[in-house]
Amino acid sequence: MPCPAHYLPPVFGDPRVTSSSAYSSSTSYQDVAPTVILDRVSKVYPSGTIALQDVDLSVKQGEFLSLVGPSGCGKSTVLGLIAGLSKPTQGDLQWTMPEFRKDLAFVFQDASLLPWSNVEENVRLPLKLAGQSKKQTQQAVAEAIALVGLTGSEKSFPRQLSGGMKMRVSIARAIVTQPKVLLMDEPFGALDEITRNRLNEDLMNLWRQKRWTVVFVTHNIYEAVYLSTRVAVMGVNPGRIVDDLVIDAPYPRTEGFRQSPEFGQYRRHLATALAEGME
Amino acid sequence: MHDKSLTEKLLSPDVLAPFAVGVLFVVGRDLLVRITGLPPYLLPGPLLVIQTLIDNWSNLFSSLTVTFQITIVAFLAAAGSGLAIAVLFTINKWIERSLFPYAVVLQTTPLVAIAPLIIIWLKENTFGALVLCAWIAAFFPILSNTTLGLNSVDRNLTNLFTLYNASPWQRLIYLRLPSALPYFLGGLRISGGLALIGAVVAEFVAGTGGSKSGIAYQILIASYNLQIPRMFAALLLVTGLGIAIFAILSLISDALLKDWHESAVNPNQ
Ligand SMILES: Nc1ncnc2c1ncn2[C@@H]1O[C@H](COP(=O)(O)OP(=O)(O)OP(=O)(O)O)[C@@H](O)[C@H]1O
Ligand SMILES: [Mg+2]
Repeated sequence: MPCPAHYLPPVFGDPRVTSSSAYSSSTSYQDVAPTVILDRVSKVYPSGTIALQDVDLSVKQGEFLSLVGPSGCGKSTVLGLIAGLSKPTQGDLQWTMPEFRKDLAFVFQDASLLPWSNVEENVRLPLKLAGQSKKQTQQAVAEAIALVGLTGSEKSFPRQLSGGMKMRVSIARAIVTQPKVLLMDEPFGALDEITRNRLNEDLMNLWRQKRWTVVFVTHNIYEAVYLSTRVAVMGVNPGRIVDDLVIDAPYPRTEGFRQSPEFGQYRRHLATALAEGME
Repeated sequence: MHDKSLTEKLLSPDVLAPFAVGVLFVVGRDLLVRITGLPPYLLPGPLLVIQTLIDNWSNLFSSLTVTFQITIVAFLAAAGSGLAIAVLFTINKWIERSLFPYAVVLQTTPLVAIAPLIIIWLKENTFGALVLCAWIAAFFPILSNTTLGLNSVDRNLTNLFTLYNASPWQRLIYLRLPSALPYFLGGLRISGGLALIGAVVAEFVAGTGGSKSGIAYQILIASYNLQIPRMFAALLLVTGLGIAIFAILSLISDALLKDWHESAVNPNQ
């Protein structure tokens, strides 16, 4: 059985000992209603691969949950199950929202834009598929493009954009429907560090502003600690959850948080859990 | 667009190399005729061929127009039917399973072997018979290419459409058809030449008894009369038409794909 979400014990000299009120409730989503509950979920692919075994996970409303784990541990499988793209072989997956599809958006690892459509048309796609006319969608599309900072590039085609810009388009497409839940599968995995950091900042600000629930898959522990309210560590063979850690630090998080001793402690703790999950 | 100057284009290896081969070929023919003492009318030089072409222009060109009409009608029919049947195939796997083998049979049976049958069956309508033959030659590449394209949709994009509850119709219009466009256009480029070949072959089979005006008829008549320069002139016209069809289809393809597909992206851009 995976352990329930836990906190790290305070470090000696931790500012929380003296000013704990600043931290205490900032990122705790333990008492918040869950949005999705996975109850002993297993997934076996027709090929016989046991991608997930007995995964218990609940995603709380409004939290920023990161999934980290080695390649092949089933992170994408978890996202696919949550999105309803595939069904669990065993166990139960429950959404607390009716009609969750309407409130859901997915950001794929490789941006997955329509190569034959320009930025504007790519962002418009979800609204178009919902049957809305060009006129109805004009404003929502322009706003989403502005939110990701791509105003002025509306007419560019994906092949004219850098990797970072493509990712921004993909995020704009995800948020144009005003979703409540955002599933992101290693969205920044292929980007250089500077671009990644910038997009991390933007994503964190948008998350705080829009109060989304985010499930964020990444390989990168730094990124996970920096962004998340909670990090679930997955292990491989079979895919399972080996650790579930609350990152108890206030927002807005800045460079100062990255340099802090707690950051290092969270990072080391997760690295150890990851290493254990490889066995 | 990045425009090179005309001289730069003409001096590029893409132009110079084939030009050099052409010159070698002409010089080689000249030497062969001089050394072996072959009568020049058996292997006419380029000047003679062009002279013959000019002398017989109206005659030969009106024949070419007839062949071109057969080609274009067959080609358009192949494009339309190939696309439509490929879409049917993706709508229902059973249609594909039951029809595809026959499409293969149609493709692998030599056209010269079935053309006589078709011409007999449609003897009231020679034009229709010739179009049908050319269509058989041109149809399959479009069908198989487009079917492949319709089935080569990126998995994540398919998932994206599922997430947004896209209807099968929306999937077809916004995802599968655009994904298949480069494949379809590739099929068109192959089939343009095949339609022309199909038309010429069918005209040959119909022979002098059938249609009296296609370019193959001119070649046949010229060969009966041993008018070899005239044969070459007609051949030159057919070849020119084939190249023109290919070039036009390439231009259309590049224009349609220029914004997004690697095949149409200018590396110097
Ligand atoms: N459609 C599929 N059919 C069969 N096996 C699959 C399929 N998708 C994934 N798998 C297998 O399931 C396991 C988990 O795959 P998954 O893609 O969820 O891993 P991941 O954690 O996302 O890996 P990565 O970090 O490399 O993206 C792997 O062993 C993979 O080979
Ligand atoms: Mg993955």
